[in-house]
Amino acid sequence: METIILFAPLVGAIIAGFGWRIIGDAGAQWLTTGLLFLSCALSWVVFLGHDGQTHFIHVLDWVQSGTLNTAWAIRLDRLTAIMLIVVTTVSALVHLYSMGYMAHDENFDDKTESYRPRFFAYLSFFTFAMLMLVTADNLAQMFFGWEGVGLASYLLIGFYYRKSSANAAAIKAFVVNRVGDFGFALGIMALFFLTDSIRFDDIFAAAPELAETQLTFLWTDWNAANLIAFLLFVGAMGKSAQLFLHTWLPDAMEGPTPVSALIHAATMVTAGVFLVCRMSPVFEYAPEALAVVTFIGASTAFFAATVGLVQNDIKRVIAYSTCSQLGYMFVAAGVGVYSVAMFHLLTHAFFKAMLFLGAGSVIHGMHHEQDMRHYGGLRHKMPYTFLAMLIGTLAITGVGIPLTGWIGFAGFASKDAVIESAYAGTAGGFAFWMLVIAALFTSFYSWRLMFMTFWGDARGDKHTHEHAHESPKVMLVPLGVLAVGAIFAGAIWYGSFFGKTNEVVKFFGGKYGEPTQELVEAVAERSPKASELHYVMESGPGEAAIFIAPDNTVLHEAHYVPTWVKLSPFIAMLIGLITALWFYIWDPSMPRKLAENQRPLYLFLLNKWYFDEIYDAILVRPAKALGRALWRRGDGGVIDGFLNGVAMGIIPFFTRLAGRAQSGYIFTYAFAMVIGIAVLITWLTISGGGQ
Amino acid sequence: MIGLEHYLTVAAALFVIGIFGLFLNRKNVIILLMSIELMLLSVNINLVAFSSHAGDLVGQVFTLFVLTVAAAEAAIGLAILVCFFRNRGTIAVEDVNVMKG
Repeated sequence: METIILFAPLVGAIIAGFGWRIIGDAGAQWLTTGLLFLSCALSWVVFLGHDGQTHFIHVLDWVQSGTLNTAWAIRLDRLTAIMLIVVTTVSALVHLYSMGYMAHDENFDDKTESYRPRFFAYLSFFTFAMLMLVTADNLAQMFFGWEGVGLASYLLIGFYYRKSSANAAAIKAFVVNRVGDFGFALGIMALFFLTDSIRFDDIFAAAPELAETQLTFLWTDWNAANLIAFLLFVGAMGKSAQLFLHTWLPDAMEGPTPVSALIHAATMVTAGVFLVCRMSPVFEYAPEALAVVTFIGASTAFFAATVGLVQNDIKRVIAYSTCSQLGYMFVAAGVGVYSVAMFHLLTHAFFKAMLFLGAGSVIHGMHHEQDMRHYGGLRHKMPYTFLAMLIGTLAITGVGIPLTGWIGFAGFASKDAVIESAYAGTAGGFAFWMLVIAALFTSFYSWRLMFMTFWGDARGDKHTHEHAHESPKVMLVPLGVLAVGAIFAGAIWYGSFFGKTNEVVKFFGGKYGEPTQELVEAVAERSPKASELHYVMESGPGEAAIFIAPDNTVLHEAHYVPTWVKLSPFIAMLIGLITALWFYIWDPSMPRKLAENQRPLYLFLLNKWYFDEIYDAILVRPAKALGRALWRRGDGGVIDGFLNGVAMGIIPFFTRLAGRAQSGYIFTYAFAMVIGIAVLITWLTISGGGQ
Repeated sequence: MIGLEHYLTVAAALFVIGIFGLFLNRKNVIILLMSIELMLLSVNINLVAFSSHAGDLVGQVFTLFVLTVAAAEAAIGLAILVCFFRNRGTIAVEDVNVMKG
């Protein structure tokens, strides 16, 4: 069954990609979508029937070279099961949605070009690669999936290949990801170097030893676990668009909107979070690397939220919001509560995919207008889309009943869990405050998006507004299904991901046991309210889907943070909402005034903290200059110069010399022959001939 | 008494005369042919001298073959020369430099 889940999308992609001339446009669409729904249904069966234990399903032997023995196998544990339902559900719904969204496309000629099978083949191929990534049993397989999704992302961002901006964005995404992948590859090699295996089981078993090994890298001695965890995190940063490697994600919005929903919101960008959770046995022994993860995650959450405040393109707002939410997940993983990171990943997949698909529905209805300044008053024209976006916004801003923990929209349960974990994990430090401020900004820009799009007067092109229409059912059904997830996912799985330690450990297939007396005392001293510590994880590294070190009690302590901490995200949400109401409903002239008063700040945010400009100045331009120098001087001067010099200078020179010897007179030749013979005979005589 | 050395001396003298005929002659291609013939004959004298000295007839038989071939070669050479003269109207050696590089 797991094999069918994995390979159904691949079969769909191959048939749709290569055989669409035979089965036709519609055939390709229905085939890929049908296979994805099959995959999705089986995934839910696997997830709901999963017993928490790790299963291995051997597919085939793969690489065998020296001590490297890599089988292609499916590792089915709780982590994989969660990712299976996230990936296949969103992917199946996006396939269905794309049937409506891609029905007409002004970038292609409907009569002569068949672009839809290509699109669906890419989507299915992406799903296959993503499933390869999450079901991997070893790092090589994971790397294969990792690069596979990168390729699919590249192909789909550049889907409108006639737009130069789309091509540039596709290349940018690919190149920035290479930077991260370089770190990831180094991490894999370091692991193989130290543990002589790339199988997860072997690596996890060796994790405690790694923490005591020193490794020389870049002329410095490092703790092996820290170094490896950091290198792996660099890979995760690239894929998950974390600060410094985030610049590709907003540009990736050049792709069609369903692509943004599937790849750049729900699945591929969360691969980095998945990697950190998957490698939790290594990260648990790497405290400094975890601190880096927390710091980068919190900074990203804050940075992306500030930029999201002032963007005008509807998709870019959601893109920065995605970037910011990924930061939340990394903070959760960084403070050592991997289950909460996965929780936010799960709920975020639902509501963010829905927000993107909703935005796609608006864009579709508004004839590919993406600037929010040209929207307004659309709630009457698109009631269902409006409802879906409203649910999505309520979910992302974290609306719920405070202090209950779980009664609320999906984002409420998971985001509050992240923030409480951040407080407990950093003792109310940097990460916590960054996340609370980011929550305020999240609320503001999400409601700003809603108010600018659906409330107020119709702005922009009158003709477009008159023809604005609700999207077809095939696009609304996926929105409805995701809305269910966005409302209930948090409440349903709250206990499994962020319940008592024993519940969570059981859910992830581990064994729990009694804590030591010293640990209980240490926790009680740190936070007196959390003194009732009953359970800690007892399974060793790699025995369960995630690993929580026995002295890691952040999950427990997060439940006993002060009340004001528990209320803080809710209050931040309310402040954001009221500010947005004030700015965009009560006094619409306010944003303009503020932007004029605080012009440098406004420009700073609008230009995304000038990251692109800085990278352009310190990386792109020198690289271009170097390239030009190598091209002109190196290639043109040295290589071409050498070849041309030899072919056009030196050889003709000798040719002329040789030509001058050819007098054409027979006696010259005869003379040369006689001289030759004389020399030869003389030489033979002197050297003694044949003896 | 005329011994082997005398024959060899004559042959060597003839050979050198032939070579100098080749080098120094700038006028006439026919002289070139004659010089070559002279060199060939000097080698024949050598062959016959050694044959007689060693008491082995093979050398003299071989000389007859060489003479036959030399006659054919001289005929072909003259034929080429006639063709050449018809085409170029001259047989001066100084004008024969078509192979100049």
